[in-house]
Amino acid sequence: MAAKSNLTNMVLVLGLTCLLCSAILGGAYVLTKEPIDAAAAEKTNRAIAQVLPSFESASERSFVEVYGKDFPYYEAKSGEDLVGYAIESTVVGFGGNLTVMVGITPDRKVCNTSVLSHSETPGLGAKCTTDPKFVSQWAGFDPSVKKLTVKKDGGDVDAITASTITSRAYALAVENALAAFDTLQGADAVTGATKPNDKEESGNE
Amino acid sequence: MSNKFKLITDGLVKNNPTFVLLLGMCPTLATTTSAINGLSMGLATLFVLVLSNMAISAIAPVVPDKVHIPVYIVVIATFVTLLQFLMQAYTPAMYETLGLFIPLIVVNCIVLGRAEAFANKHGVLESACDGLGVGLGFTCSLTVLGLVREILGSGSVFGFNFIGGNDGMLAFVMAPGAFLCLGYLMVLFNKYLKKN
Repeated sequence: MAAKSNLTNMVLVLGLTCLLCSAILGGAYVLTKEPIDAAAAEKTNRAIAQVLPSFESASERSFVEVYGKDFPYYEAKSGEDLVGYAIESTVVGFGGNLTVMVGITPDRKVCNTSVLSHSETPGLGAKCTTDPKFVSQWAGFDPSVKKLTVKKDGGDVDAITASTITSRAYALAVENALAAFDTLQGADAVTGATKPNDKEESGNE
Repeated sequence: MSNKFKLITDGLVKNNPTFVLLLGMCPTLATTTSAINGLSMGLATLFVLVLSNMAISAIAPVVPDKVHIPVYIVVIATFVTLLQFLMQAYTPAMYETLGLFIPLIVVNCIVLGRAEAFANKHGVLESACDGLGVGLGFTCSLTVLGLVREILGSGSVFGFNFIGGNDGMLAFVMAPGAFLCLGYLMVLFNKYLKKN
């Protein structure tokens, strides 16, 4: 079985093992870096394409600051024309952070939304990615006509059954994205800009 | 030949890591929310198990006794990181679903357990068979557990929904269901399969 231990062979074997393993991993990193980057870029592009009308080019990930919080966003263009902004908006949901990519066209309408990551309860809040009634209402959502709170709170957002907290958080994410959009468009030219608030939702429904 | 075949079937039934040895419970309970997740987690562990078993059986004779655990862990961690790179590159969606549980394979007691209990006393080929057997046992157990939880919890099989958009019994997708299913499957496994 194992060799008898002395200082020399312990240092030698452990050192050599580490050296060899690092070399293998270094090589593997170089080989897989390109596909990993490509996969990440493709995922982002797919998310942008999901929330905005067809566009030709998307900008690099940039940040816009709204009331002390950084919102990552992508600018999508067709030629010189602005197609819209895809803004990543993170709020506190029921089970943790909920990150929603919100596509907003220059006429300040929500084109569509897509969940990037969430930790909501499976079968309840997690339905914010699948519930057809909830998901479809965001396509073409016009915040100047509809009120961005759930129906229970007097707004126009259809909540997911039994998941009011998630639905509220989702509406808040869209609202914050709109505030970020307003900042991007120049805060002065804005009507009805809403202050983003990241108050934590409290109380169970 | 029959000896190596027996090593594989032992891993599946007699030394089944989930239902008999009760090893690696953390990924077992956490990742089996659906059959496909269980299957992926099982295959990821199988990959690491076979390669680390082979590598460790090859280097075991020259590893001094006092540092054998650190050496084994470095070897296992290397294969896990390798797997992580590959999954990120070629199956990014699955990598995201399994998330934290891929790096945690390093401390999965099945992997180090087989290195300690088997690989460092046997040849490369036999260790590979043992890794394959135990890995397949783990994969099958996780797939079955995932399948049962998916059927009861979401009413679907491998993502194919058969109850038409209605909810299943949600508890089975969450933690309590994991314990319940695991417990009952363990009973059934030990009562009927292990006897023979």
